[in-house]
Amino acid sequence: MNTATVDDGHGHAGTMSLKLFISTYVFSKDHKMIGLQFLFSTLLWFFVGGILAMGIRWQLAFPWTDMPIIGGRLFSAEGGQISPEFYTTLFTMHATVMVFFVIIPILAGAFGNFLIPLMIGAEDMAFPTLNMLSYWFMWPAFICIGISFLTPPYGAGGGWTSYPPLSSVLSAAPGSVMAQTWWLTGVTLVGIASMLGSVNYLTTIIQMRAPGLTMFRLPMTIWSMFITAILQAFALPVLTAGGVMQLLDRLMGTGFFIPEGLVVNNSEMLSGGGQPLLWQHLFWFYSHPAVYIMILPAMGMVSDMLSCFARKPIFGYKPMVYAISGIAGLGFIVWGHHMFVSGMNPMLGMTFMVSTMMIALPSAIKVFNWLGTIWGGKIQFTTPMLFSLSFVSMFIIGGLSGIFMAATPVDIFIHDTYYIVAHFHYVLFCGTAMAVFGAIYFWFPKMFGRSMNETAGKWHFFLTFVFMNGTFYLMHILGAVGFPRRLADPYHYETFKQMLPMNQFITLCAFAMFLSQIIFAINFFYSIFKGPRVGRNPWRANGLEWFCPSPPVAHGNFDKQPIVYRGPYEYGSPEVDEDYYPQTQPPPEDVSEGDDTESGGDH
Amino acid sequence: MGRFWSLLFLSVPILGVAAFVFAAIPGGIFANHWLPEDISQHGAVVDKLFMFILYLTGVVFIVTSFLMFWFMWKYDADRNTEPVKYLHGSHTVEIIWSIIPAATLLFIAIFQMDAWADARMKYPTDKATGFKKPPLLLVTGRQFEWRMQYAGEDKIIGTPDDVHLVNDLHIPVNEEIVIRIQTQDVLHSFFLPNMRIKQDVVPGMKQHIWFEAKKTGTYDIVCAELCGWGHYKMRGRLIVQSEDDFREWMASAIAEQNKTSLNVNE
Repeated sequence: MNTATVDDGHGHAGTMSLKLFISTYVFSKDHKMIGLQFLFSTLLWFFVGGILAMGIRWQLAFPWTDMPIIGGRLFSAEGGQISPEFYTTLFTMHATVMVFFVIIPILAGAFGNFLIPLMIGAEDMAFPTLNMLSYWFMWPAFICIGISFLTPPYGAGGGWTSYPPLSSVLSAAPGSVMAQTWWLTGVTLVGIASMLGSVNYLTTIIQMRAPGLTMFRLPMTIWSMFITAILQAFALPVLTAGGVMQLLDRLMGTGFFIPEGLVVNNSEMLSGGGQPLLWQHLFWFYSHPAVYIMILPAMGMVSDMLSCFARKPIFGYKPMVYAISGIAGLGFIVWGHHMFVSGMNPMLGMTFMVSTMMIALPSAIKVFNWLGTIWGGKIQFTTPMLFSLSFVSMFIIGGLSGIFMAATPVDIFIHDTYYIVAHFHYVLFCGTAMAVFGAIYFWFPKMFGRSMNETAGKWHFFLTFVFMNGTFYLMHILGAVGFPRRLADPYHYETFKQMLPMNQFITLCAFAMFLSQIIFAINFFYSIFKGPRVGRNPWRANGLEWFCPSPPVAHGNFDKQPIVYRGPYEYGSPEVDEDYYPQTQPPPEDVSEGDDTESGGDH
Repeated sequence: MGRFWSLLFLSVPILGVAAFVFAAIPGGIFANHWLPEDISQHGAVVDKLFMFILYLTGVVFIVTSFLMFWFMWKYDADRNTEPVKYLHGSHTVEIIWSIIPAATLLFIAIFQMDAWADARMKYPTDKATGFKKPPLLLVTGRQFEWRMQYAGEDKIIGTPDDVHLVNDLHIPVNEEIVIRIQTQDVLHSFFLPNMRIKQDVVPGMKQHIWFEAKKTGTYDIVCAELCGWGHYKMRGRLIVQSEDDFREWMASAIAEQNKTSLNVNE
């Protein structure tokens, strides 16, 4: 539902009851409103996570120096500098916020909710109440993590991976006794929210497609959301169980992850009999599929935008579908590559190396198909297209650097160094976050009925692109030196002290990248209220979401029942004069009904 | 603007490759910005595998990034007057670009296996006796220090003649040694950058690492697994000595310990 127009309407009437306001904006069951709620919440957390990253970068560039202006107020006890305890909290919270509160919910929660019913021609989700709950389960999680961060003295500091015994033995981290418990509760609640969402997405995509919309006529966005929902539905229960077990370890003394004979802070633990590696298995059994949860929807949205702005059918639709299905299948049997040096059986390491190498294959196929899509097209360099192209370009780097980590002997050296930090930031920031920016520019007209400013968008793209590469690319070099992650001050090691100037350069780039987002924030909020109004289909795209009004009808999305005749990628079709051929446009009378061959398959 | 954006994307492979080249060549402003000096017997294998993957991925990176630039340059809507190529894909090329990477990736995986087995699976045996080599010492991680416990003259850890030290690891050069590592409290990771060794220590698990130094000197021991607020300062020193120096040092350490009768572990 459009915020601006509805606000005006009810504001003038002056009689809008509180009940109506709450049911429209707060406890809404409308997938569009829930999608926007997720979008605004996650963008706010994106800002928070970004600030935390700036704190990390400050410490790595100027260790133990007073932070100008804000340092004295934040850390008065330390004389304005970041303490090592606070540094562990910073990177723990940065990762937690970015993974659990930004990337996963912005993809599945914001875009999944907003786009799935629109792109399959449905009136709403299959279970609107469940959908509302999936958003409102996020709030207890927000509050838990907020408390965890603000609990004196330091907040949770176990890393986002929360490896026991550091995270499960209270005396191992005296500064974060309650904070760690709140952290675990928050992350477990996020898991529940995602699970509720995933069941809904699966049902909706299977049951509620418009007439004529076969599975192989679905856009890649929907395919990727579908596969993502499967991953969430099957992997999340494991993390939830693990989270509850760790909570029981902390609160009830169960000792699932606490081994015998532990001596922490000079006192012997009474409980025992557990196995710390078990947590790592459970955690990564979810969190590796989660890596794909964090990239597949971005891949899907990028596929749609690339095809639209190359004005050309997507190259290899079915191979792309098989590739993401392959990623989903293999994604369940590669978690051990996070544990090559953990002490896990080295033979198992070999098995995981082979499966991990093989999961690079579907990613490679997708890259080749994206290149095939822009080959021979007529590329329009719009803001969403630039972000999509940069997704492909950056994903090449992030994908290739993953091969180093997959190779077990090489991983011995680069494990837990900045090489891995570079790798996952290339995938998650330079990849997913760029795709998300592109998707916001692309679907903004559908969300608010107005478009964002293109010039500001291109400046935003240019500055972000330059500074993010300045920030993350050189981290590969740090990694090659063996520069370890999560150290508050690596420079007292002889091996790493020469890396300070490079880190200062990285930090300056990171600050500049952070500031570049101001352009986006202004453009985003200005355009919601003052952007130029647009019609149903400003990008001349084929998908069903462009068939309904912008913004879509408040209840039911579509003013006319969409009937689907073909796949979503019929750009440049010789059958029509226009360079696009919407899914809903009936074929000319003289063409026979049997148009199944054009359902977007490869032939 | 299409040209500008194409060139921006072209700068990615150019600057990307340049960064690695400048970091890898010795000397210059990027001195010591590459793999740290390798002082181990087995490390050359790890470094070679790293470079092998770097070259391989480098070629893929350059080719795909250049294609991307070229397509953006050539198929810019403002300049491409031909109609778009209306096609949905090609079975032939899909098969080609599935099989070639699949074979390459499988090859990389198989190519790594020997090095991995040597590093983690083939526990060294004593050439003279044919039995498993006993560990030279026990390293125990604890928040936030490394404790060394040498087996002493009887070569058995846990007997009264053990030599105890904190954070200093003395080893003889040109001899394959075995170290038992463990932790007393939380996870730590025993990282010797110059030795290409990294092993997490997990409470409740007995683990061994083995390596042979080929150069004397003093190097860093780094903790590479988050172990609490003081993780960053959990630094040790690896002191590689000639065989004579090592023996001399060991004798003096034993004498020192007997003199003061100080037992660090108590």
